[in-house]
Amino acid sequence: MSEVDLKKRRLLQSAGAWGVLGIVGAAVPFLQSLNPSRVTRLKGMPVEVDVSNMSEGQQKTVMWRGKPVWIIKRSKEMLASLDVLQGNLRDPGSESSSQPSYAQNQYRSVDPNYLVLLGVCTHLGCAPTYRPEKGAIDSEWQGGFFCSCHGSKFDLAGRVFDGVPAPTNLEVPPYHFKDGALVIGEEGE
Amino acid sequence: MSDWLRLRVPFMYDLLDHLKHYQAPKNLNFWYFFGALSLLVLGNQLLTGIWLLMYYTPTAADAMASIEFMMREVNFGWLFRYLHAAGASFFFVVVYLHMYRALLYGSYKAPREILWLSGCVMLLLLMAEAYTGYVLPWGQMSYWAARVITSLFKTIPVIGEPLVLLIQGDYEVSEVTLHRFFSFHVVLFPLIILGFVFFHTLCLHAVGSNNPDGIEIKDNLDAQGKPKDGVSFHPFYTVKDVMGVGIFLFIFLSVVFLAPRGWGLVLEPENFEIANPMVTPLHIKPSWYLAPYYAILRAVPDKSLGAIAMFASLLMFFLLPWLDRSPVRSMRYKGPLSRITLGLFTVSFLGLLIVGCLPATYWATFSARIFAILYFSFFFLMPIYSYYDWHKVPPSRLTI
Repeated sequence: MSEVDLKKRRLLQSAGAWGVLGIVGAAVPFLQSLNPSRVTRLKGMPVEVDVSNMSEGQQKTVMWRGKPVWIIKRSKEMLASLDVLQGNLRDPGSESSSQPSYAQNQYRSVDPNYLVLLGVCTHLGCAPTYRPEKGAIDSEWQGGFFCSCHGSKFDLAGRVFDGVPAPTNLEVPPYHFKDGALVIGEEGE
Repeated sequence: MSDWLRLRVPFMYDLLDHLKHYQAPKNLNFWYFFGALSLLVLGNQLLTGIWLLMYYTPTAADAMASIEFMMREVNFGWLFRYLHAAGASFFFVVVYLHMYRALLYGSYKAPREILWLSGCVMLLLLMAEAYTGYVLPWGQMSYWAARVITSLFKTIPVIGEPLVLLIQGDYEVSEVTLHRFFSFHVVLFPLIILGFVFFHTLCLHAVGSNNPDGIEIKDNLDAQGKPKDGVSFHPFYTVKDVMGVGIFLFIFLSVVFLAPRGWGLVLEPENFEIANPMVTPLHIKPSWYLAPYYAILRAVPDKSLGAIAMFASLLMFFLLPWLDRSPVRSMRYKGPLSRITLGLFTVSFLGLLIVGCLPATYWATFSARIFAILYFSFFFLMPIYSYYDWHKVPPSRLTI
């Protein structure tokens, strides 16, 4: 009784291993079904937007994967304001923020005239409002985005100001221009 | 660490100790797989049910569409639905075999009456659970099964009509009924069933398992007070049950993957058509597991008497511990009368099952009557034949 029958022990161990393998295999469909279905994935396909007739300073909002995406056509004056503010920004070079490599520049965009941003505050997910008017929020306000939930402020490139709750710049979704139209949700070639 | 927990959650340790050291007779054969297997199927129903619930919509307009969506678009949605539907049928297979084991070895006899009765209650609960689940896809068979079965309760004198109104929540089976059946199927019945499963297991551990010899292992104790013919549940029966589970899963999953509609027994083609209160399908048949009782209902040429006979055919099981007056438990030591009557009962139950699934032709009704008489004779004549039968004397120790 006290002696261990190694042959039996090995049989038990391999049977146990097969059993564990079976349980893991059976768990795959259960976990896999929790992922988005084909229909949900189709609904999350890239969105095409016509931006040719946008006027300067105009904001367009489209829905992509359940989130608002803003498109703003920036004027020369607006682009100029981005140079002035550098000093008050937490992450002016967008080093610790989330954006595709082609949008990691001063204007955070492919074409400086068009700003494309996810309209979701990086603090707790509220939707900030577009406030392009000078002095709208405080006397130094050069235009930008203001989150009314917890008072986070962003400039006209979606870069976050110092001393507000939001930790990083507003996110830039993957996008590219195709035949003059803006395609959101897909990398360019 | 173990002592720290033992002081604070003693009941959990008692439960685990019981699972491990429960003394089971050493000669349990394959008939004793079906208790563990019904637990396995219960687990399958709960797990797949939770997943189905993520995609099902309980409204008349969307119920069928939501299931269609589940089948076509949800990742592995088809698998959960087939596992759940086939699981329902296999639940009855293992439960009927589990009960048949009790008939063979007299497991319902004293001191196991409460154990048997709690099992009978669970059979009724399982039928209610299966029936309410059957209604949820809101196909033609779902709808008309709901109408036929709720009509049955109308035959109860005086309170019948208001009772049916109360169950349906409408003048006829409708979306209101669908909603509440959904609630019953998903919350009410499963909760009660789980409670009874726990109670059933507690009762079993109180009186101990019966065995193919039908004698008490507690009558022969060793110096430590352990039954001489008993072995610890773990590892002896846990390992054996794992083998039973393996064989069962092979059969069950073969149906799920190779014949998910179960030749019309698991999923009926008629039910792929959406519910229509204006048109009855040509041939209404119940699910196979309810067919024996349905055949008895059809065999009686009177509405109220038919319904009474049908309910009585189920209630008969409850009386079994007091109908059997045999001095021995197991068929191994019972005489020829008991064996022949059990054989006839088996034939009549299967016969009723088959004719219950057939259209009500002359011969189907005729044979249903013969089988129904045999079915009831098994119970009603039991006090006589079980008493006057030629019994053998069972051994004092287990035979292997």
